[in-house]
Amino acid sequence: MRPNVAFRNDARAKVTGRATYADDISIAGMLYAAPVYADYVSARDLVVDSSEALASPGCVRVITAADVPGTASFGQIEKDYPILCSGRVRSYGDVCALVVAETRAAAKAAAALVKVTATPVKPVLTIDEALEPGAPVVPSYGDTNVVTHHRLRHGDPEPAFDGCELVLEEEFTTQAIEHAYMEPETAVCVPRSDGVVEVYGSMQHPFSTRRFVAALLGEPLSNVEVYTISVGGGFGGKDDTAAAVCARAALAARLTGRPVKLRYDREWSFRESYKRHPYRMRYKVGVSSEGRVLAVKATMHADSGAYLSVTPWVTWRSTAQCFGPYVVDDIHADVYGVATNNVFTGAMRGFGAPQVNFAVEQLMDMAAHELKIHPLGMRRINMVKQDSVTVTGQRLDGHVVSMEDVMNRVVHEIGYRKKYEHCSFGKPADEGSDELYGIGLAISYRGASLGAEGMDFCSCIINGQYDGSILLETGIHENGQGSESAMTLILADELGVDLGRVRYKRSSTSSIPDSGTTVATRGTVMGGSAVVVAAGQYRELLSRHLADRLRCRPEDVTFHDDKIWGLNYEYSLTWEEAMRELFLQRVTPYAFGTFQAPPVSWDDTTGQGDAYFTYVYSCQAVELTVDRKTGKIRLLNVVAGHDIGKAVNRALLLGQVYGGVTQGVGMALMEDFAYEDGKPACENFDKYLLPRATDLPEMTGVIIENHDPNSLTGAKGIGEPALELIAPAIANAVFNATGVRCRDLPIRLRPEDLA
Amino acid sequence: MNQITINGAPYVVADDELKLSLLEYLRERRFLTGTKNGCEKGLCGSCTVIVDGKALRSCRTPVEKAIGKSVVTIEGMEGPGGEPHPIQKAFMDAGAIQCGFCTPGMVMSAYALLLRDPDPSRDDIRKALKGNLCRCTGYQQIVDAVSLAAKVMREQALPVEAGCLRKR
Repeated sequence: MRPNVAFRNDARAKVTGRATYADDISIAGMLYAAPVYADYVSARDLVVDSSEALASPGCVRVITAADVPGTASFGQIEKDYPILCSGRVRSYGDVCALVVAETRAAAKAAAALVKVTATPVKPVLTIDEALEPGAPVVPSYGDTNVVTHHRLRHGDPEPAFDGCELVLEEEFTTQAIEHAYMEPETAVCVPRSDGVVEVYGSMQHPFSTRRFVAALLGEPLSNVEVYTISVGGGFGGKDDTAAAVCARAALAARLTGRPVKLRYDREWSFRESYKRHPYRMRYKVGVSSEGRVLAVKATMHADSGAYLSVTPWVTWRSTAQCFGPYVVDDIHADVYGVATNNVFTGAMRGFGAPQVNFAVEQLMDMAAHELKIHPLGMRRINMVKQDSVTVTGQRLDGHVVSMEDVMNRVVHEIGYRKKYEHCSFGKPADEGSDELYGIGLAISYRGASLGAEGMDFCSCIINGQYDGSILLETGIHENGQGSESAMTLILADELGVDLGRVRYKRSSTSSIPDSGTTVATRGTVMGGSAVVVAAGQYRELLSRHLADRLRCRPEDVTFHDDKIWGLNYEYSLTWEEAMRELFLQRVTPYAFGTFQAPPVSWDDTTGQGDAYFTYVYSCQAVELTVDRKTGKIRLLNVVAGHDIGKAVNRALLLGQVYGGVTQGVGMALMEDFAYEDGKPACENFDKYLLPRATDLPEMTGVIIENHDPNSLTGAKGIGEPALELIAPAIANAVFNATGVRCRDLPIRLRPEDLA
Repeated sequence: MNQITINGAPYVVADDELKLSLLEYLRERRFLTGTKNGCEKGLCGSCTVIVDGKALRSCRTPVEKAIGKSVVTIEGMEGPGGEPHPIQKAFMDAGAIQCGFCTPGMVMSAYALLLRDPDPSRDDIRKALKGNLCRCTGYQQIVDAVSLAAKVMREQALPVEAGCLRKR
């Protein structure tokens, strides 16, 4: 029944070039738009003069904040992100006008003619500058650059430090990262005759996009219909900015009455789109002579950039997971989001966890090294086990806590114990060789789905057709990860039908209720569970109406082998026959199911509560060499193990693992979205380096399946766990190779460090 | 007359189109939108097409450079009966596709490799795909796919040639 090769419902479309992305859409009479940047890092009294642009050939209109019928600024938490800015400029990515023209070339030519003047304001470019007393206040709301502060208070670490054999005080920093989805932001918006604006966009979250569009237009949500089309990657990055791109195109379509395409150049995407939060983390860690972590004090600052976006949620996850998968009885943490005039930061795959893990998983190795304890033993002593209480006071008793098993499986697969003995620690194995060898590992647990960060529910529609085919849709959005394929597989299993019977419907924001954003590794757990709920209702409906034909009671009807069966397999109906029967009974074969995430809790003052309803347990290990002469790091081997509950679609699951590890490798070794005086230092892939096929070793994915009782399919998720721990594993391996501890990302070894 | 062959069919390029990039010409004038625009600077490989048997970045190639030549795009890969090319089939079977934006370029780079080397090692494949960025997959299943395609074509003696070149 199942194909023994990878299943993707859109594979054929994508491999033949027929899959339609936003820029592939052309509509007769379509206009083209281009953004105009305010061109200051920080300024006030912005004046936009579009007279010359308007006179340029082909220019149809120049739109500024003054033309906005709704609200020109919007946001997921604070409505501070200017879709079109006016008056104050807060970052180099700010857009102050949109030029609409007959061709793309004409739009770009006219955009260059828009004159922008303003009075510069001293920019705030670092966390320290932002925290200085008297620093210019960046946010439009409030009177301080500290935009969020989460506290975690669990026990009391101060007295506990006194009894510790070892007290480490360390600082770590991580860098800004560009999402670098291969498809730049694009939107095509069409004013429909019934008054609705249709949106075809390269965006990650149709419902979030719809809120941005409706806000800018000043119209109800029902006036905006955002369609699902192929999206060329998101990784958390196609929310605010991609939604703003859609909103601008929608406004242009509204004001001109014509279809409008706004396709971003890579340079615009780099300049304007939000990044991963850079963190500065200070940890004080007290450890007993046996290696037990007794006390931790953590202070973290995250650079939120010019706008808030989801900084409070990102930093909340850093708070809830502030000391990795370890039990610590006495721990305090303070996590701050700080506004600067850098391009704003927001959601990116991992969401506040990769940064923390980079610190914590090195601290564990550092403590082990100091105390001469094996790094595995150090972890084993401290890690969460069944019924452990986490740093947020949550008892882990609602699912299988497999941290130790996951670590053991990876350790075994890569042969960590033996190989650890061969690490160079700065001294090459052979005299005359410059090659240093190291193996390193890291472990993590990750709260699945939103947790106490937000309202968590999702819906699914099963719309059976009278010929036996089935239309399926959920509120989860396909960004390339394969969610539609996973949902299709789950439904086919639930109904016991062949995959070919199920068509995942191209949905829109007007066809299915708002099911939240496709983020936080929640697609499979939330969407899949909604499919199970709807499928249960659908089976129940069919059983009730088919029981007579099957000569049995409704509760005896079963669904398998692409048929519907009575008791003892004596009678059966094909789906074609069953649907004909429903038609004759005038019954609509339709089910709508919703799934609400199990309860979670959080106390903001203490940072205590049941942060997440379940956790994904992960371990990744890496082998590498370092050239002592050049400092060049070469990865030899990666093993990644994850307890994801249940594998729904194995090939695509492994694809998430390999891809996540690769993005983590980029974070560890290559990527750095740096600034020069508040202006991005890179604007394309020549200076912003992504891992290429030759930068990576062969990887091995180890899938551990402990079906999760909190998820109706038993599946948890993989998107983010795959990314969040290879950077510290690499840092640990680098130390084991060289004896040099790298506390800052990206890791860069200079020859003099290794002398 | 400025003639160009695209996927086996001849086209006349208008004088005002000669200065367009091949990418723009393919996407905007021929509506062959399978070839993707990821960076427009020749850095990401999403726009890779085959010109006279060699992989080229269409975003950095002016149309006039392709006059008189034979261009194969992703749309030309399927066989005469609409069946996927063995490389395409392998990409589907190996799970080499996620967001799909880099996929056409990857397939074309893989095709150029297999035209010149029917039995590449995994390292050879990685080197041949070095110019094609993918942010989703970590490349591993793409390497698997190219390796699988090569094996299938060798074992079943299937022609490597793109479908469009076999139709006529």
